[in-house]
Amino acid sequence: MKTFLRLAGLTRPFAWWMLLAALIGFATIGSGIGLLMTSAWLISRASLLPPISALQFGIVGVRVFGASRGVLRYAERLISHDTTFKILTRLRLWFYDAIEPLAPARLASFKSADLLKRITDDIQSLENIYSRVLAPPLTAMLVTALMLYLVGVWSPLAALGVLACQLLAGIGVPLITVRAAKGTARGIMALQAEQQLLAVDMVQGLGELHVFGMLGTHLDRMHEAEEKKLDLQKKSAFFEGLQESLCGLAMNAAVIWILWSMLPMVKIGTVSGITLTAVIFGVIASFEAFLPLTGSMQHLEADIRAGERLFEIIDAEAEVKAPDHPAPLPAGHDIEVNDLSFTYPGSTRPAIEGLSFIVPQGGRTAIVGPSGAGKSTITSLLVRFWNPTGGSICVGGSNITALDPEGVRRRIAVVSQRTYLFGQSIRDNLLLAAPGAGDQELKAALSAAGIANLHDRLDDWAGQHGMNLSGGERQRLAIARMILQDAPIIVLDEATANLDAVTEQAVLETIDKVSAGKTLLAITHRLQHMERFDRIVVLNEGKAVEEGCHKELLTLNGFYAGMWRLQHETML
Amino acid sequence: MNLDRNLIRLLKEEKQPFILSGLFGSLGTLLLICQAWTLGGIIELVFKSPGNDNRIIPLAGLFALFSILRMLMGWSGSQAAKRGTLQIRKKLSLRLSCAVADLGPAFTRSEQSGRLVTTMLKGVESIDAYFSQFIPQLFLALLTPLIILAAVFPSDWITGTILVLTAPLIPFFMIVIGKSASVATQKQWTTMSRMSGYFLDMLEGLTTLKLFAQAKARRDGIEEASETFRLSTMKVLKIAFLSSLTLELVSTIGIAVAAVSIGMRLTSGVMPFRPAVFILLLIPDFYLTLRQLGTKFHAGMEGGSASKEIHEILDKASSLNRLPGSLELTAEKAAELPIVIENLSYAFPGSSTRALDGVSCTLRPGTVTALTGPSGAGKSTFMNLLLRFIEPDEGSLSLNTVPVGKYEQKAWYRNIAWVPQHPFLFNATISENLLMARPGASPEQVETALRQAGLLEMIQSLPDGLETMIGEQGARLSGGEAQRLSLARAFLKDAPILLLDEPTSHTDPLLETRLRVSMAELMRGRTVVMIAHRLESIRNADLIIVLDHGRIVQSGTHEELSSYEGFYHRAILSSMEAA
Repeated sequence: MKTFLRLAGLTRPFAWWMLLAALIGFATIGSGIGLLMTSAWLISRASLLPPISALQFGIVGVRVFGASRGVLRYAERLISHDTTFKILTRLRLWFYDAIEPLAPARLASFKSADLLKRITDDIQSLENIYSRVLAPPLTAMLVTALMLYLVGVWSPLAALGVLACQLLAGIGVPLITVRAAKGTARGIMALQAEQQLLAVDMVQGLGELHVFGMLGTHLDRMHEAEEKKLDLQKKSAFFEGLQESLCGLAMNAAVIWILWSMLPMVKIGTVSGITLTAVIFGVIASFEAFLPLTGSMQHLEADIRAGERLFEIIDAEAEVKAPDHPAPLPAGHDIEVNDLSFTYPGSTRPAIEGLSFIVPQGGRTAIVGPSGAGKSTITSLLVRFWNPTGGSICVGGSNITALDPEGVRRRIAVVSQRTYLFGQSIRDNLLLAAPGAGDQELKAALSAAGIANLHDRLDDWAGQHGMNLSGGERQRLAIARMILQDAPIIVLDEATANLDAVTEQAVLETIDKVSAGKTLLAITHRLQHMERFDRIVVLNEGKAVEEGCHKELLTLNGFYAGMWRLQHETML
Repeated sequence: MNLDRNLIRLLKEEKQPFILSGLFGSLGTLLLICQAWTLGGIIELVFKSPGNDNRIIPLAGLFALFSILRMLMGWSGSQAAKRGTLQIRKKLSLRLSCAVADLGPAFTRSEQSGRLVTTMLKGVESIDAYFSQFIPQLFLALLTPLIILAAVFPSDWITGTILVLTAPLIPFFMIVIGKSASVATQKQWTTMSRMSGYFLDMLEGLTTLKLFAQAKARRDGIEEASETFRLSTMKVLKIAFLSSLTLELVSTIGIAVAAVSIGMRLTSGVMPFRPAVFILLLIPDFYLTLRQLGTKFHAGMEGGSASKEIHEILDKASSLNRLPGSLELTAEKAAELPIVIENLSYAFPGSSTRALDGVSCTLRPGTVTALTGPSGAGKSTFMNLLLRFIEPDEGSLSLNTVPVGKYEQKAWYRNIAWVPQHPFLFNATISENLLMARPGASPEQVETALRQAGLLEMIQSLPDGLETMIGEQGARLSGGEAQRLSLARAFLKDAPILLLDEPTSHTDPLLETRLRVSMAELMRGRTVVMIAHRLESIRNADLIIVLDHGRIVQSGTHEELSSYEGFYHRAILSSMEAA
């Protein structure tokens, strides 16, 4: 219920539009009722053989209702779709606003694109909360009220009976069918999750399944899960099938009730046969409003689950909050890491333990170590994606936790192994780093990064995840961004790890050129051209094991020297 | 109306429940007619002799009876269709998973795995609506109007004619407007998916946006894109919805025209009252079944596109002409016989260049063969052929003289231990992942294998030890740890043929040295083929094969190759230069 109210609250700015659409929807069904009632009136009046002029009212009514129903339906669909899209825009912005402070620390478990895709699917399915969940009951209520009045004018007793049948069709039937299917619905979802895992295992591990002779067993498990799921779906179909039939039954019960309660009135003459006929036809037409209600009950459940998933994500506490009174950004650009420790939540092993090092302003320091040594955690801490568990990082002498996180990030240009490019134009992707930059500056940056060939392609689409560009171009685009950002501190986080040797060499040279005079911190597990660094910190299992320049470390003949030998006896 | 050929074929396999469903549907329509006739009778009586309870009450009873029967028919009809649908889904899902299994790892690795999984699960589920909703409605739309017409004509041929004339308008407009609308709708779907793609893009790149301190600024971009999408979509919908307007108008105007004409004939006394009420009760249902066909068609449409993807896979699998081998293969035989490769060639489907081009060599039993060469040289293709994940286009791969394909697939795999470069760990416990290599292994054997693979300490440090879950639901192992787990599997499997693909590529230097000893032990006495780049691993091989562009460019021992000018020599020199 709480989730539903929170979801409904999100649609509040569109309440008037929704009301308008519901009213028109009501008018549509109203015209249907009017059409059948006037038709019934027309033929029953005609059966008394009056002059044709006496039927004029009915003839006009039939035509008006006949024409208006289609037009009203058209208007209703347009307005409700427009509202739906407005709601979708709002949902997206709302979710974006909520998730922005949480990235990336609180989204670490949602890293895989599949999960993000599920989030967008959830949002997409919530757009229907108005047209499928909120509107049908509203329309049904208005129709109920209309029928209560139309029948009640002639016989309150008959009206109450009709009300009872409508409540049965509108609330009773959906409740019964949804309730009855509830247990199975949960079972089906559990089996679907199991199937998902089994299918992923099969698709990705098919080679292993073959070689270990496990394929038969695995296929059996998959079929077993499928059969169990189909059994449950059969069960739930048993109830779902009842819904439409029960609704029809309630309609016929209403007709019988009207006959029972109004026939005596016809006998004594307080109500005419014409009226009775018209009322019966009207009641039959009114049940159209109750058919979609089971659907909306099911959608409501699905939406609440989608809402719960979204709320669960965004209700997390942000890892990093801007301090209320951030200290002014310092003038210096040196980095001082002091006794730094960090453990990822849920992990027992610290990613970094008691790490200290200094990068003087304008100095060049490398952090090396095998993968999993905790190197990239340093970047995450430096740009304030996470808070350290112990120790501190100071930039220009100020602890970065006292500074505005966005201010810190503006001062640090990060080039990482995987450059994320947006599915937009190359220009848009560059402007990210310098929102006000003109063509001249963009082109200069492209030239400096060694991709002058992109000068004429600024407005070309970069492709999804930048797939229209080669790996080398993507990485160079990241460097162009770094140049545009013109930050005093540069962090290279495995910046060239995905490039082939020739491209890597060229990209490194470019980086050296543009980073001259800036504070540079390079994180890498590939020991290429290590003479370029003033200082190298060797990291293993979160701890600094060795420190010195390339020559010193080789002479030491320890961990670093071992790594270096291993990499340089690689032939290809 | 688009009737998917493949889906109709499936329907033919499960005819009975759907025929039953159509039968129940027709009975339901007959009951509807009975209902309308009794209700017409009741209303007529109310007009003529409202006091005549003796005649009204039995009629009302009949009306109630018909209502209940009709409800049962409707319910039974939908149940029957659902039963048939589930039967079809079961068959299809079985066929699909077997087809994927037959197509093998070479196929699954070439597809986007997420999409394949979606097709296997959601794809099969989404054909549900096609069979459980669209097909029964199609029967109803064919039968119900005919039955109603048959009931209307004898009592009033004029209304019958009005219905006959207007009814075809509905499918006509549905097709005419549907066609132009479907183009527009298709366009709208593309923009819609592009829009949600844009949003997904923003979420995926959120970390990047934050790095540039641009996250707040890009919010306006989302709003703008979303609004543009809304406006353009509404333009499309304004036209698309005209179709439903027209359909609605045909049916409401049909009702109106029929009602007025009946009224006219009533006043002139040509027509009795009861059939008039009877007909008026039936007309809405006449149009409704036709109109609902459109709605159900949309519900079933998704199944149509899913069917296309499903049958692409099924067709691909049935076009495989892989011979199922039948020969048994004992471990002794596999350990003693050489693997003889003659003129082996393979090209990827759709590629004009050969990944492997006329390779011949002999892998002697109990020796180590190292494959090396630049990326794209054909090393992995060679491995996949040995693993029978793909079939050679030309040439042969034999155990002594018998082509490998003649052996039963299972028997071949029983004799192979394989350590891939990116081993897959299943969503199961570490112990289950290990035991697949040898289901009956004792705890001591498992422990030994783990120690040899250098994993024992790490696993013992985990709170749940061997029972730790791995994969999506549990702890994630690093690339190096996964590789070593795969190595432990190979130790456990103890098979005569050992295939290694860069087994220690993700390992740090200290561990690498420690693993070298146990690796040598693992390889001793087995026929080993290994893909390797490191001089250290290649040096001791009995035979080194250098591949380039799918051909063997050099082969021999380390000593032999180092003395020739060539790729191997250059590679050694360059690695020494770097040192």
